Amino acid sequence: MSGLARRFTGFRAVLRREFHGYFASPLGYIFIVIFLIASGYLMVSRDFGRFLELREANLDALFSYLPWIFVVLVPAVAMRLWAEERRSGTVELLLTLPITLEGSYLGKFLAGWAFLAVSVFLTWPAVFQVARLGDPDWGAIFASYVATLLAAAVLLAIGLLFSALSKNQVVAFILAVAASVGFLLIGVPQTQEFVGKWFGGYVERVVSSLSLLDHFEALTRGLLQLNSLLFFVLFTVGWLVCGMLVLGQTKTN
Amino acid sequence: MSEDGEVLIAVSDLTKHYGPIRAVDGISFEVRRGDVLGFLGPNGAGKTTAMKMITGFLEPDRGSIAVAGIDVAADRLAVSRRIGYLPEDAPAYGEMTVEAFLRFIAEARELEAEEQAIEAVLETAHLRSVRGQTIETLSKGYKRRVGLAQALIHDPDVLILDEPTDGLDPNQKAVVQDLISSLSSDRCIVLSTHILDEAERVCNRAVILSEGRILVDSTPEDLVSQAPGHNAVRFRVTEGDAEEVAARLAETEWCASARVLPGGEVEVEPRDGENRLNDVLAAVGEHRVADVRVREGRLDELFRDVTRGVAA
Repeated sequence: MSGLARRFTGFRAVLRREFHGYFASPLGYIFIVIFLIASGYLMVSRDFGRFLELREANLDALFSYLPWIFVVLVPAVAMRLWAEERRSGTVELLLTLPITLEGSYLGKFLAGWAFLAVSVFLTWPAVFQVARLGDPDWGAIFASYVATLLAAAVLLAIGLLFSALSKNQVVAFILAVAASVGFLLIGVPQTQEFVGKWFGGYVERVVSSLSLLDHFEALTRGLLQLNSLLFFVLFTVGWLVCGMLVLGQTKTN
Repeated sequence: MSEDGEVLIAVSDLTKHYGPIRAVDGISFEVRRGDVLGFLGPNGAGKTTAMKMITGFLEPDRGSIAVAGIDVAADRLAVSRRIGYLPEDAPAYGEMTVEAFLRFIAEARELEAEEQAIEAVLETAHLRSVRGQTIETLSKGYKRRVGLAQALIHDPDVLILDEPTDGLDPNQKAVVQDLISSLSSDRCIVLSTHILDEAERVCNRAVILSEGRILVDSTPEDLVSQAPGHNAVRFRVTEGDAEEVAARLAETEWCASARVLPGGEVEVEPRDGENRLNDVLAAVGEHRVADVRVREGRLDELFRDVTRGVAA
């Protein structure tokens, strides 16, 4: 076994268990229903997506609001993953099996991500409608799904970090929502204006390059730019590594 | 205690601090194939901490542990394949069924014949009747057996059981103890308990820990014979004066104490812990006695004596 594969020993068993876990309780189904209602409402609402008013054969009305829905729903998917293991003591069982800490962490992350992917792909009727009503830009739709999954990944990695930090699911949830909102607010124009006024153009450029919303928008326009892809990958990996380090400290408390 | 079995656990100078508290303080011992070692000790003695280090969940501050010849610090994964571990309170995923939970463990352990292993362990732990139930709906006794089943599923050489009967009712305790006894040949078992009867019943070796140090490493039988009051003789005086009999016994050179108990019985404790029944009867002389019995040493008294010495 190579060194890297060995480091993630056991992730498959954890991935399978956790993914099935979402569907073993009503929680997973409730999540999907809430997600679909919220995204559908924001898409057609006159105050937000205005899909019906715009009469354009694209799904910007759907995708542009998904990060804001994720800010609340992704921490809900993540909160249980470590907090519950530590509260019930099963973390001791898990980490004395032939599973590495990194392997179990990765398994849980992939399970949560796969569950989010299932939820996101259940928006397919919107795609179907757009295709029926007009001639959409398939490249943009594909890129938007990629961007959505990448945004879900980075927010899930944040949620997982706070789940590793607190034994209490509610605390983990609230902290993750706060951190995710902060992460998104970096990207809104008001923040960037404020930063530009007080710290100058260079800092403003740095801050805006850290904006999840900017990179998300860039990707949804159909341009799979390398720097935006790298942004998501690096931040996801970064939060995952932080979370593994945190769990190494908190697992025995 | 088996003298010639293969050494399966070798612990040397094991030490662990929690902040300023020394939870485990330089303990060393070996456990061989065939041994059932009972870790005895008051709460906070370091039993659980020592077990967590053997399984690789906690890293020691100092010292080394080898399981089946493999250094735990160097290769925890290899060690975890040789160990079955029941953590304190037998944690398990409550929302899973017994069968799904065992399947997860079998998958994580990458067992080749998964289904056979699951069936075998359901049989051993008497869990067939509840295989489809979710674990959170089971009684404590069943939950504990689920914990034992997951520890046994890969037929490990080394079993580490942290308080396997704690919190169970007497019937459930007996079932779990019988199960442990049936597993003891051909592997080594380390279990912690603060129930001394259990150590006597299940273990062939007993280690008393207190404040992180090993105070006694012996067999339960030896411990019993060292316990205060071992081979004390009790009887009722049916004809004659109990006080007089007690006084007469107290004068003999082998007698540590002789007194009349509140219920009117006389109790004589020998100085050397030997069985002195004949001497007692000889000393009683012309008095008539009934209900004569020799009692065994009480482990809990020894335990209190030994562990109090450290605390003082």
